[in-house]
Amino acid sequence: MTLTSTPPAPAVSPPAAGGTGAARRAARRRAALEWVAVHSLAVAAALFFLLPFVFVLLTAVMSDDQALTRDLWPHTWEWGNFATVWNTPGFLTWWRNTLLYAGLGMVLAVGSSIPVAYALAVFRFRGRNLAMMLVIAMMMLPPQVVVVPMYLFWAKQLDLAGTLWPLIIPFGFGNAFTIFLLRQFLLTIPREYTEAARIDGCGELRTMLRIVLPMAKPAIAAVALFHFFYCWNDYFGPQIYASENPAAWTLSYGLESFKGAHQTDWNLTMAATVLIMAPVIVVFFFAQKAFIEGVTLTGVKG
Amino acid sequence: MTAAVHAAAPGLRARRRRSALRTLAFLSPWLIGFAVFFAYPLVSTVYFSFMKYDGFAPPTWVGFKNWAYVFGDYPYFWPALRNTLWLVAVMVSLRVLFGIGIGLLITKIKTGAGLFRTFFYLPYLAPPVAATMSFVFLLNPGTGPANTILESLGLPAPGWFTDPAWSKPSLTLLALWGIGDLMVIFMAALLDVPKEQYEAAELDGAGPWQRFRSVTLPNISPIVLFAVVTGVIATMQYYTEPLVAAKVASGVIGGSGQQFEPGYPDRTTLTVPQIVYNLGFQRFDTGAACVVALVLFALAMAFTAVLMRRRSGFLSAED
Repeated sequence: MTLTSTPPAPAVSPPAAGGTGAARRAARRRAALEWVAVHSLAVAAALFFLLPFVFVLLTAVMSDDQALTRDLWPHTWEWGNFATVWNTPGFLTWWRNTLLYAGLGMVLAVGSSIPVAYALAVFRFRGRNLAMMLVIAMMMLPPQVVVVPMYLFWAKQLDLAGTLWPLIIPFGFGNAFTIFLLRQFLLTIPREYTEAARIDGCGELRTMLRIVLPMAKPAIAAVALFHFFYCWNDYFGPQIYASENPAAWTLSYGLESFKGAHQTDWNLTMAATVLIMAPVIVVFFFAQKAFIEGVTLTGVKG
Repeated sequence: MTAAVHAAAPGLRARRRRSALRTLAFLSPWLIGFAVFFAYPLVSTVYFSFMKYDGFAPPTWVGFKNWAYVFGDYPYFWPALRNTLWLVAVMVSLRVLFGIGIGLLITKIKTGAGLFRTFFYLPYLAPPVAATMSFVFLLNPGTGPANTILESLGLPAPGWFTDPAWSKPSLTLLALWGIGDLMVIFMAALLDVPKEQYEAAELDGAGPWQRFRSVTLPNISPIVLFAVVTGVIATMQYYTEPLVAAKVASGVIGGSGQQFEPGYPDRTTLTVPQIVYNLGFQRFDTGAACVVALVLFALAMAFTAVLMRRRSGFLSAED
């Protein structure tokens, strides 16, 4: 109600029309006020998003004693905390395992999902809609629904509990989320390209590899990145399959037990946290475009 | 036309068979994956839900005993279900509202937009375990920076992750901090709203709120629906954050094989996925774990069915 009672249309149109000086001044003042309001709100929001990082960093370089007090600013800057964490037994193993899980998992998932996504986007066949609906159902399924029989399968039948293989191998058989996103992207590529290739006598595999995939590079980069960080962040999978064998722990799983072993050492725990967040943020700065494209890809209409 | 098809029938059939084989070949990784990692375990889950099985002695048929146990005697089931529904209602709606708000804000920023966008996006990248542990530290009622600041401002300092009344709001705060993905999606949707519609509304004398209601909202409603549905599905799987928060806040010594009271404080952070783990991997009660898994499956599929019905655009199974 009060909003509509403020000076309406005339105050807005003059800048273009060139109207009277008073109206133009009022418009400019309103624009300035809006600028101040929007930017103070933005600064407040930025504080909400950034302050946690700042406090985590500050605590990471505090001394053991100070980390137990309420002081927010470090008295002494203990950069050695990072070295202490790095040299903790097991920390390097967690890195190696995480890179293995995320790297191999990413390659397998993307590699096996590409032909499936291609078939679902380009081929016309009976049962295509059903297949698509099953992909979506699989995507929506919480991993906990099937984890009990899957664990029994890997542990009892294949004796692979305590390793990361039960997490990596399934990625060689297509990943529903990756298939779905790639297929949505491939649908946007005009059919003329694949039809022209076919008329020129190009086989389906060659059409996919030579014609379509080069056009889908940004989408592939985005899903690869998504996948890498899914594994990097995964806690549930390593907890199920690797928890009983510390040699198979990953960073996400190891970090939590790190806190357990260093009950009171918030400074070391925060230093470890920083070391685990850092690679993600560094990769983001190098691959910003692929990240953002990946996120918008999940939101686009098919 | 039909005559030609009939004449070419044998050749056509061979061509059809070849294209069917080709389709199968392209789909084969997923067909195997679907059978081995989806269909087979799902059927086994139903089977085990009627069995008594501890992982060692051979399974024995017990009928609906596991079901009766989960719904009647297992003390964590109803709290976990209630918490999950609370999170679906409160966390998802607040995330969508906050996401729209941050998306609107970022489209209005004129100076330093790129920098602000990066700031708002960064928390989304923080690994969940690391983010959760940081928040438990930041919101530690004794020594955490958040309460130090609140108290110095003369504001009430809650118990956060250690207070049953505040534990879920604390998790919600953590979820709002990682809003970056929704911000990007809403930003893209908001930039797509046709400018002419705003101009037309303005000529009709619509104020900011009316413009938002009658121009912005209808234009972004498919994305709002998308955000709600994906939010609900993510909440159905909500596991790492509440578990790590409860473990670290309760001061339990972590690591493998360590038992702790699930859902600290007072079962308020238990979620349905967590009790699958509790039953199956801590109590070695495979049958009961499978019952809970099926409840989770029913919930997730019910939401998927709603999504299919609404065809939120993102779905287009048929094009």
